Amino acid sequence: MDSWILTAITFVPLLGAVIAMAMPNDDELHKRWALAVSLVAFGLGIAMLFDFNYDQAGQLQWVVDEPWIDVIGAGYTLGVDGMSLPLIALTVLVMPLVFLYSWNHIPSPGNTKSFLILMLILETGMIGTFVAQDLILFFVFFEVVLLPMFFMIAVWGGDDRRYASLKFFLYTLFGSALMLLGFLALFFLAKDPVTGEFLRTFDMRELTDTAGAGIARSSQLLIFGGMFIGFGVKVPMFPFHTWLPDAHTQAPTQGSVILAAVLLKLGTYGFIRISIPMLPEAAEAWAPVIGLLAVIGIIYGALGCLAQTDMKRLIAFSSVSHMGFVMLGISTLTDFGINAAIFGMVAHGLITGMLFFIAGSVKDRYHTLEIGRLGGMLIQAPRLGWILGFTSMASLGLPGLAGFWGEFPAILSAYQPANGLPVETFRGYMVVAAVGTVLAAGYLLWLLQRTAMGEPSEEFANDPEVVDITPLEWASWTPFLFLIVLFGVAPGLIFEVTDPAVVESLNNCLQFENGCDGVADATTAALGG
Amino acid sequence: MLALLAQEVDFVRPAIDWHAVAPELTLLAFGALVTVMDIVWLERGRRLTSSVASIALLVTMIPIVTLALDGEDRVMFGGAFVVDNYALVMKVMFLLAGYVVVLLSTNYVAEGDYWESEYYGLLLSSILGMVLMASARDLITVFVALELLSIPAYMLATWRKRDLKSNEAGLKYYLMGVFASAIMLYGMSLLYGGSGSTLLTDINKAVSVDGSPSAIVVMGVIFVIIGFAFKVSAFPFHTWAPDTYEGAPTPVTAFLSVASKAAGFVGLLNLLFVGFFGRDDVYEPLIWILAAASMTVGNLVALRQTNLVRMLAYSGVAQAGYMLAPLAVASDVGDAALTATVTYLLVYAAMNLGAFAIVLAVARKTRSAEIDSFKGLFGYAPGLTIAMSVFLFSLAGIPPLGGWWAKFRVMEAVIEAESTSGVVLGVFVAVNSVIALYYYARIGLGMWAEDAPDGDTTPIRVPASLVSALAITIALTIAFGVYPPLVSEFDVTLLAGGLGG
Repeated sequence: MDSWILTAITFVPLLGAVIAMAMPNDDELHKRWALAVSLVAFGLGIAMLFDFNYDQAGQLQWVVDEPWIDVIGAGYTLGVDGMSLPLIALTVLVMPLVFLYSWNHIPSPGNTKSFLILMLILETGMIGTFVAQDLILFFVFFEVVLLPMFFMIAVWGGDDRRYASLKFFLYTLFGSALMLLGFLALFFLAKDPVTGEFLRTFDMRELTDTAGAGIARSSQLLIFGGMFIGFGVKVPMFPFHTWLPDAHTQAPTQGSVILAAVLLKLGTYGFIRISIPMLPEAAEAWAPVIGLLAVIGIIYGALGCLAQTDMKRLIAFSSVSHMGFVMLGISTLTDFGINAAIFGMVAHGLITGMLFFIAGSVKDRYHTLEIGRLGGMLIQAPRLGWILGFTSMASLGLPGLAGFWGEFPAILSAYQPANGLPVETFRGYMVVAAVGTVLAAGYLLWLLQRTAMGEPSEEFANDPEVVDITPLEWASWTPFLFLIVLFGVAPGLIFEVTDPAVVESLNNCLQFENGCDGVADATTAALGG
Repeated sequence: MLALLAQEVDFVRPAIDWHAVAPELTLLAFGALVTVMDIVWLERGRRLTSSVASIALLVTMIPIVTLALDGEDRVMFGGAFVVDNYALVMKVMFLLAGYVVVLLSTNYVAEGDYWESEYYGLLLSSILGMVLMASARDLITVFVALELLSIPAYMLATWRKRDLKSNEAGLKYYLMGVFASAIMLYGMSLLYGGSGSTLLTDINKAVSVDGSPSAIVVMGVIFVIIGFAFKVSAFPFHTWAPDTYEGAPTPVTAFLSVASKAAGFVGLLNLLFVGFFGRDDVYEPLIWILAAASMTVGNLVALRQTNLVRMLAYSGVAQAGYMLAPLAVASDVGDAALTATVTYLLVYAAMNLGAFAIVLAVARKTRSAEIDSFKGLFGYAPGLTIAMSVFLFSLAGIPPLGGWWAKFRVMEAVIEAESTSGVVLGVFVAVNSVIALYYYARIGLGMWAEDAPDGDTTPIRVPASLVSALAITIALTIAFGVYPPLVSEFDVTLLAGGLGG
């Protein structure tokens, strides 16, 4: 298979969106069309999974390298390695399921056509971000995601949608504007480590190879800082997280699912693909700060969950907490930690995406997400209740389910961070993060107890709208549930793909003094099978 | 006596390259034709004038295309009039912008119950001044071009003569414009006094001596720049813009905010890159302050506007700040600063004209440019809503719409300077983009997510000329963003390059 596949998988949804614009305004037609387009992308994704050369997972595959904007040396450069493959697979898997779910869940005020078109554009932006190997191309795709998401929240969101959508937009744009400044500074300052000449390139492969050589330490720190804010807002890391609960709560179910499953990963992906490999020295200096903010996020998110009365808002805060684990893994700068982080991203995407689906269905049935008014779901809608229980267990990191392999190794990796990082500090973070898992168990079990257990509240006891899971919901949820179990029992499926790429991205920094260092290869091998 | 005169006058007829001045002459001929048609045919000429004006603008492109194909730089009048790639690119921009303005005007003027023909005559002569400005490399030529483009614009602003606001618009614009001209002229006289020449290249030699500049040079440079700061509506010389924009007929506002502003920038670029290039210690701090203040104040005040045209006026002040930013590091980055500003001008022309086209289209129904009157637009005019969203988010600089590339080039230039002041200016641009997004996105929210005021959802009938204007601007806005080489492949760098800048 040649390089066309990456271009195809990226632009098939956009092409579908353009064609959909020209199609007549027939809701059923548009639903079928959007699903078909996303299934084509999914098919291409499956083909990629089969064609991927797993022995060379550390290398970029299906590389495309065409000129795009010659004046600044930005190219149309695409490529996929073991780090991006799982995330692309996650994206193309989630989208058809979201379209399937949309079959009879088009949020008010309707206008199915525009809603589906926006989601198709969103898919192009997300896939593009994961395949781009040029900083400018990456930036453009990273931003393409903003507009559709903004409109999804603004038009199809809840009562407070205007506030939430603007907040989401402003926060992320602020981050990405500073991130762009960082990219530009990198462009002008990066030098070839051998010849000492200015590279003047946005090519991520070259910038990764030079790993910040020849850039003054102070500049490196500033550039990393700019990118840190850009990616950190997207993750979102404490203290940039405040847009997330609002956006999640107000977004339509589909928007929340996409936001949780894929969009947040754009930020963490930026860290492991761009910030750390390109500026290892600055990464080392920033790592304790990232780790600190990560554990604050873990605890703060968890405490926030305990205080919520709205189910969707609770899940949103749990995202802050879970992404904290991911960031903790990344901040150790070890291959072990970053592998755990990628696993955590996929697991969080599946589990939290699933939780938002459940929240959407609860809202459909009860017309409220007020935890205090719910209850007795296991009696009224036992299957829905059990799935909520199952997903909560996965979310709190029960061994045997996917959540465990994101959380536990991330905590463990903080025991032995990369050479040069303050070991005591990170062990402190480890302890705090471990407390976070206890809190996670606390808020999730409490959620389960208040919503699923006990007797149905009087308000809804005889409500005919409270029905069990519909076939359509089964269809769009089963793949999530299946994968949560599959990755729980066979984590190597992901670890084996990501590990070579992670080692490769960190290996590049090993040539340099004080670079980041992998220390836990043996452990990874043991865990990954 | 006669013998004495013959001795004194040593006049040599300058060689005239007719090809080089063909665009100006064509435009002049058509402008005269439109005016004569008006005088001779009176009412019968009414139907024809707008067509003749648009044909004039298109025909004028022909000599520009042949000049571009020829590729040779042409210098005339001892260097006062230059035709190079930069001048050609700017001329095409002025003509295209003028063409779109004619499209915007056609229905507005025809339905406006005001005398029609002079309108296009004035428009053409203003555009002639702009086209001339692109080639002007001499203080007198610059000044003549500036007045030629300004004076018709004063009259266009008062076009709705029975409307008080339109009178206010024109009067304010006129008074401020004349005031600015006077300051500029004073600065020019100082420069002439100091250098003994009106040619910008000679002035450059005279001012670019090592060591600290003389007081005359400092005052001359500062006064000239301030004069142009009025024209491009940079803070704190922007005060005329909101009132003039609001009161003037909307097509004229579009013309002022795009073409007139661009002409001011072209004049400024000519002066900075040819005339003052060696004197960066004088102009760079001044431009830095103008840029940072314009974008910040423009955006902050725009946040509080309730009228879309006034908001676009303040956003125009902010946009002028972005365009000025690269010039504040011109000595460090040279060509890159010129390219950045020109790129911004080209992209800005497309997206801002588009935004005004929508204002015109919507006002046909609502008779208002209040932001609230755009609420619920998606419900009854989805096409216009999508188009307006494209323009607004392009102005905000969201990829993949054209504005991102313009802003990117500005940021690239200021970062390339690798100086603290450059980086700080870059942060200014970044933070201001976020502030600006707030008011652009708020309009987007109103259009998409709120209900129409009074529940009035009768559809809008958009006349064909407006549709063509929208088609041109939207195609350019998206194309510039998706494939930036379209706007970046022009080699506009000869100006600075010729000076070794």
